[in-house]
Amino acid sequence: MAILAGALGGDVDRAEEAVQDAYAVALDRWPRDGVPSTPAAWILTTAKRRAIDRLRREASLRDKQALLARELEDAVRDLPGEDEAMIPDERLGLVFACCHPALAPEAQVPLTLRLVGGLTVPEIARALLLPEPTVAQRMVRAKHKIRVSGIPLAEPAPDALADRLAAVLAVLYLIFNEGYAATAGDAVVREDLAGEAIRLARIVHLLLPDEPEPAGLLALMLLHHARRAARVGADGDLVLLEEQDRERWDRAMIGQALPLVDRALTLRRPPGPYALQSAIAAIHAQAARPGATDWRQIALLYAELGRVQPSPVVTLNQAVAVAMADGPAKGLHLIDALARDGALDRYHLLHAARADLLRRLGRPAEAAAAYDRALELATLPAERRFLARRRAECEG
Amino acid sequence: MRYLLLIYTDQNVYAGMNEDEMQADMAKWWDYDGAIKGAGVSSLGEALQPTTTATTVVDDGGKPLVTDGPFAETREQLGGFYLLDVENLDQAIEWAHKCPAATYGKVELRPIQEFEQG
Repeated sequence: MAILAGALGGDVDRAEEAVQDAYAVALDRWPRDGVPSTPAAWILTTAKRRAIDRLRREASLRDKQALLARELEDAVRDLPGEDEAMIPDERLGLVFACCHPALAPEAQVPLTLRLVGGLTVPEIARALLLPEPTVAQRMVRAKHKIRVSGIPLAEPAPDALADRLAAVLAVLYLIFNEGYAATAGDAVVREDLAGEAIRLARIVHLLLPDEPEPAGLLALMLLHHARRAARVGADGDLVLLEEQDRERWDRAMIGQALPLVDRALTLRRPPGPYALQSAIAAIHAQAARPGATDWRQIALLYAELGRVQPSPVVTLNQAVAVAMADGPAKGLHLIDALARDGALDRYHLLHAARADLLRRLGRPAEAAAAYDRALELATLPAERRFLARRRAECEG
Repeated sequence: MRYLLLIYTDQNVYAGMNEDEMQADMAKWWDYDGAIKGAGVSSLGEALQPTTTATTVVDDGGKPLVTDGPFAETREQLGGFYLLDVENLDQAIEWAHKCPAATYGKVELRPIQEFEQG
């Protein structure tokens, strides 16, 4: 505490207060996250941070802007959700409130991480690669809106449940993809974010065990996450699915996911989009090598997915699966129709898939042109290398 | 909680309707008005004359400065309102969604700022 008091300009009261704060945080955190390797240093760091927070709070209260901030804080004080020991109904209500369509989409993600996931503002800022004040501000505004505009902390009415649940799952999937895509930032932190999304999906699944889509989303996340060790090569680049070392897939996690896939597919007919996507991921996960993949089944699942959630990307995936199951000519027929439609003209995978089928059909000049177009649009190094290699083969 | 349900429509929509369409539209509004008042969630709701009839007043050094308008900056204009008294935003959203204008205009929900009397 003496060190701290020194750092705080000799203010012992303030140092003591800060250390008390830090112990409170430790009591809350350590049982959950484990005791840090250097507890004393942890306490000191946390206490310092708390003291700075307090000082900032006190200093900023002097100007008007901060007064407004305090009013907002007062306004949200009676909002539940900051404590862990919440009864399930409250927690479920909170999930729906955090993902309410009346809230700005950019507020839904941090709010869900904070109120449902229990992450701190600095943790959220780090995970989303946003400045802390931005996250804090979005949070305060969103909590204020929840309270003042009367967003209920409750499960929605039955006739609205499907849409509102879809909104909740979309937020969770967005969080997961932030972690999974790993397009920027510290890879380790991002993997934490994917793990956090899985934890949240598990909570929603446990709260709504008879709803198929939360089970489907949870399964889908687990199946993607099971490949995390094989997704990144020694050079730090993304490894394509076909080239991944399947020995490095997390079999235990796949084992957890498969019963959830079954549940998601059978709880309600026809299955929803997450259930179908999890079923597709499950087929990949169960193939011992790429050649053993049941493409016919995947093609059927994509066709079904296209019915419940029509999108050109789904059609493209269906075409690729058809090509794998029934030969390149059938697949090319579907892809050419899609190419004429034009919606995916700037999507490199359309051109890459088309190029691949033309190559397999022995039409190298057309294949080369399609590879060139794909290369114009692709950004990931692993994909670019793969495409360039195939492009070169067309000339031989 | 109380909300003001604000109804925004493009006035040209009505100008483009024939007699039958106009009657059908009016019938929807009367149904809605009956339902919302019958459910006891609104005791006050009115339609407004078009913005061409609007008058704007600002103070100009102790005298009222009166102008014609405001003139439309957007096509959709405030055309009517209901004062709602419901449990929460979800219930207000249900009523907003049932409003005939939701199919050809926009419906905005604003919570009423309640002041403590004292």
